[in-house]
Amino acid sequence: MSEIVSKDIKLIIFQLNGKEYGISVHYVHGIEKVQHITRIPGTAPFVKGVINLRGVVTPIIDLRKRFGIEECEYTDVTRIIIVALDDIEVGLVVDAANDVIDITEDIIEPSPDLVGVEEDEYVKGVVKVSNRLLIIIDLYKILDREKLKVEG
Amino acid sequence: MNQYLEVFIEESKEHLQACNDNLLELEKSPDNMNIINEIFRSAHTLKGMSATMGYDDLAKLTHQMENVLDAIRHHTISVSPELLDVVFQAVDDLEAMVNSIAEGGDGKRDVSSIVEKLKMIEAGNTELLKSEKEVAAAIATELKPAVHIDYDEFERTLIEESHEQGFTTYEVYVALRDDCLLKAARVYMIFEILEKQGEIIKSLPSVDQLEEEQFDKDFTITLISKENSSDIEKKVQNVSEVETVRVTDVSSSKVVSKLEVTMNDRNKHETEEVSVPKMENNEKDKSKQPEPDQNKTGTAGKAASKTIRVNIERLDILLNLFEELVIDRGRLEQIASELRNQELQETVDRISRNTGDLQNIILNMRMVPIETVFNRFPRMVRQLARDLDKKINLEIIGAETELDRTVIDEIGDPLVHLIRNSIDHGIETPAVRKANGKNVDGTVTLKAYHSGNHVFIEIEDDGAGINRDKVLQIALKNGIVTEQVAATLSNKQVYELIFASGFSTAEKISDISGRGVGLDVVKNTIENLGGHVSVDSVPGKGSIFSIQLPLTLSIISVMLVEIQMEKYAVPLSSIIETAIIKKDEILHAHNQKVIDFRGKIVPLLYLKDLFEVPVVKEESEFVSIVIIRKGEKMAGLVVDSFIGQQEVVLKSFGNYLTNVFAIPGATILGDGQVALIIDCNALLK
Repeated sequence: MSEIVSKDIKLIIFQLNGKEYGISVHYVHGIEKVQHITRIPGTAPFVKGVINLRGVVTPIIDLRKRFGIEECEYTDVTRIIIVALDDIEVGLVVDAANDVIDITEDIIEPSPDLVGVEEDEYVKGVVKVSNRLLIIIDLYKILDREKLKVEG
Repeated sequence: MNQYLEVFIEESKEHLQACNDNLLELEKSPDNMNIINEIFRSAHTLKGMSATMGYDDLAKLTHQMENVLDAIRHHTISVSPELLDVVFQAVDDLEAMVNSIAEGGDGKRDVSSIVEKLKMIEAGNTELLKSEKEVAAAIATELKPAVHIDYDEFERTLIEESHEQGFTTYEVYVALRDDCLLKAARVYMIFEILEKQGEIIKSLPSVDQLEEEQFDKDFTITLISKENSSDIEKKVQNVSEVETVRVTDVSSSKVVSKLEVTMNDRNKHETEEVSVPKMENNEKDKSKQPEPDQNKTGTAGKAASKTIRVNIERLDILLNLFEELVIDRGRLEQIASELRNQELQETVDRISRNTGDLQNIILNMRMVPIETVFNRFPRMVRQLARDLDKKINLEIIGAETELDRTVIDEIGDPLVHLIRNSIDHGIETPAVRKANGKNVDGTVTLKAYHSGNHVFIEIEDDGAGINRDKVLQIALKNGIVTEQVAATLSNKQVYELIFASGFSTAEKISDISGRGVGLDVVKNTIENLGGHVSVDSVPGKGSIFSIQLPLTLSIISVMLVEIQMEKYAVPLSSIIETAIIKKDEILHAHNQKVIDFRGKIVPLLYLKDLFEVPVVKEESEFVSIVIIRKGEKMAGLVVDSFIGQQEVVLKSFGNYLTNVFAIPGATILGDGQVALIIDCNALLK
């Protein structure tokens, strides 16, 4: 699928509530299996707590809750995607993450009006690869600390 | 280059600090030549360094300052407070420039006015300091020499200095033969020869021009040397293709005559100059090889211990790595105790011991003497005393006391605040002091010492003390206490009220303290560092502020407790005691559950409710309670069980989760799990 060198981006693909999402590998520091999460009282509901990520205490966000989708039990395929944005490093809990694809930047389309769900505002655009529709998430909006204050 | 810049900034700061310290000393004993020499040496080194690094303004100002110091050294001008004010101002400017460089700036600054002031002092015009720029201008023009080699002030000073040290200044005139082909090569050879004889301070045309062959066939080099002129002449003559060489001794002639005008007869004192021969030697060494010598001269007076500079970041990385090790050690200990293999157990024990030692060493490496904070206070106190027309002695005791770097960085501002407070509100004016039969000079004592796992800093003044009635009056007015409560308070409790937010005892708002920002800010800062501050006072005798601080912030002792399935860590520094009581011992007062703890009524805080801990276990008949304290306030934290005491590494949540209520950070336990650390101070607000 990869074409020219210049605008190639690699996407990490993850599943959430039956849909496929993509995040540029550029932000991703690693993908972890679910381990013990220590709850932190008095924080926003979507903050699940913190984990010990090789000695670094890393906050964990449940992406389902962040997007306003109902929570579900963590399973064997549940993953934590460790992302870093500027000076922030957090983990995102997703239903599964098992694919990496190459796309060129220009095939990203602005998001069409998805049915008015809350996740709408966290979408940067969509990509159609073969028969798959991938939703590219906007990390800046997801990790907006203001959101943390209002809800927390 | 970066690495040099770092060294440059560090050393500049040190030298400026030395200047500051010594200038203050000088004010006390204006005739002490050793002090002047110390300052001179610092200024001189600074000048050399900044010139090397290309910071011209810095070099210019230091140079002028050096001239003034030199004049003092030669008794041409005498030390007066006005003079020191200007010199201090110059040092301030220098500091500002160095700071600007440290922050990535270019270190440029308009130094012309201060340079002019210094020049006027140098010219002996101390009285005229405040005005008359024309005089300065006049002097400036007077300084301009008009001979065929122009020496700037730098070079003139250099010539004069070397003359004092028995060097002679020569002007070496060299003419090459007309048919000379490789002029630059000849120039190079001549320079090489001359450099072996002494130091070349100037050439006409400039070295660059000579190297690019931008000269006709002759040039003149100014050389400072101990050789005699005919030797030099002969050696240069040996270079082929040289037509004429003429070496003229200029130290006694025109340069010096010019110098005499410039230096305002300073040279007359030259012969009397016997008291500082050692110093002169240093100067000489330095001018030849400025870099390596600085350290030697800088520390010569102090105990000579070998040190290296390490970037604090590297120490942070080391500490982080070590923290990992501490966590793994915990894990190993756990595994070993489960496996019950003797060999493994022994090995783990040894690792534990060694890591313990390592921890001490690493933490010690991060320790910085509190001197780095204290040493800016003498300057500040002097300035304050002058501004307020008070006479104040600042005594510093225990400046060598060491604290963790992180604490040092934070403690400066609160201390400044408290010292200003003591001087502004504490110490009376000289007239009042006299009337009360006190020594006219007020004394502020700054004392630091270690005790246990804490460092104590005390700020004591022999001023008027705290006026109980006045404090109460203000506290009542600002609604900090009610009248009923006020009547029951002890003196000390009343004094503590000045730390309450919204309290400020200043009757008039002054620059010094009480600009709306009260002592509550000080209290908060110190408590955020895990310390606390208290005050006591004797009316008419003075007040004492005591600060207690933890030695280090990153590794702390905690009590691990369990609440349902969750583990929390309570810092030992907040804990008074732990207790296990029966449920029926809990009393009810209004809506608050309390216990009777050694005769005191202590309110209970149910962490389970506060932290909304999910309940999965049945509660037992007994309640485990951790009694915590902040100042006079106490509370009992209700937990399910105690796990034990442990040294843990404090880790923050990073930049995403900030300001979590009552939980400043977390720690990683031996089993790899994260336990949250509770900030007891926040719970007792």
